[in-house]
Amino acid sequence: MIAIIDYGVGNLFSLSSSLKAVGAKAIITGNAEEIKKADKLILPGVGAFGDAAEKLRKNGLDKIIFQEAKNGKPLMGICLGMQLLFDKSFEYGEHTGLGLIPGEVIPMEGSIPVNLKIPHIGWNSLKFKKASPIFKYIKNGDFVYFVHSFYAENCAESLIASSEYGKEITAAVQNGNVYGCQFHPEKSGTVGLKILKAFCETE
Amino acid sequence: MITKRIIPCLDVKDGRVVKGVNFKDLNDVSSPVELGKYYSDCGADELVFYDITASSDGRKLFSNILKEVASNIFIPLTVGGGINTLEDFDRVLKCGADKVSVNSGAIKNPGLISEAAKRYGDQCVVISSDIKRVDGEFRVFAKGGREDTGMEAISWIKRCVDSGAGEVVVNSIDTDGVKKGFDIEMLKAVCEAVKVPVIASGGAGCAEDFIKLFKEIPDIDAGLAASIFHFGEVKISELKQLLNKNNITVRL
Repeated sequence: MIAIIDYGVGNLFSLSSSLKAVGAKAIITGNAEEIKKADKLILPGVGAFGDAAEKLRKNGLDKIIFQEAKNGKPLMGICLGMQLLFDKSFEYGEHTGLGLIPGEVIPMEGSIPVNLKIPHIGWNSLKFKKASPIFKYIKNGDFVYFVHSFYAENCAESLIASSEYGKEITAAVQNGNVYGCQFHPEKSGTVGLKILKAFCETE
Repeated sequence: MITKRIIPCLDVKDGRVVKGVNFKDLNDVSSPVELGKYYSDCGADELVFYDITASSDGRKLFSNILKEVASNIFIPLTVGGGINTLEDFDRVLKCGADKVSVNSGAIKNPGLISEAAKRYGDQCVVISSDIKRVDGEFRVFAKGGREDTGMEAISWIKRCVDSGAGEVVVNSIDTDGVKKGFDIEMLKAVCEAVKVPVIASGGAGCAEDFIKLFKEIPDIDAGLAASIFHFGEVKISELKQLLNKNNITVRL
């Protein structure tokens, strides 16, 4: 059973449908016991980092997610959910993240060429940096769908794939059993479904 | 490198896709679910569903269909038509839409964009604008292109983007339905004015029109069309191959 963590941020409809499409059993839940009972966790999220981190803390979910991940349970953060895995973010101020992956989240504005549009919206190709179990069904250069204005930096150790947008932008990270995708696998067609399927098969 | 996007647009009325569709390999050419799947399978980068229903019963039906489409298609879905309030945003987002496009609703209530952007994020709010040349300027039209608002289009779009619209769809009434190509002049003017993604709509008659669009306006992000895809005059998979041959980056 996979728990899609519901903390009042974002639309979980597509994520839940795509897990169903790859044959996984998933529940949408914000309940601590259900999260502890699940085999795997997915941390979704859209919106602002500060708000989201605050919501996780308010529900005490930050500690539970941290502990479950430290105990070895596979965890995947998607989009803002990935950003929350890092130490901190500089999205409108400075905010503390879950600290499961070393690195920080910074604005694209000022770090990519000025002629490029922000947010980075659309299909971009993955450039593999390291082998990862979540890539077992896809190939280098496959396209995935991005929507974001901030990105992770100083995370070379955990970087498993990047995408080119004026510079190399962190696309996916892995630190042991903790995975993160800046793009939306649930919106990335068959490539995205294959990533989710591979995550469901991790141990 | 980010790719150029090809987006088919489906007009839905009373639960069916309207504007005649002509696919021999589909059993039910008017089923939004079947057609959505078909486009998704043949390489569409995104789908736009437009609700042109007038009645509340039709709207309910549209919501149900949207749910079914969204649970079967794993590419971005934009929904427009009849979006006037935050409740309308909420309704379609809960059915699985990723982005919501507003037109007349934002003209009636310019605060709608900033409120929606605050609640759902800029990436969720698309300003879709019907534009026509009047007295030597680009003018915004409301109510499906029937009503001249008197507003100059470029400054209106700028205002919408400043309020939080994360994407712009430019539909040129002047080129719409003519099938002689996109409105390059109008689209260039919009691309120069805003920094968010711009989607071209209105005028595509053949695959070459897309090549011309992306070659002449390197800043344009996507091309949207309805009837040429629905009638099979242009096949999305073939169009993308052709764009690729012309050194335009697409997702193949």
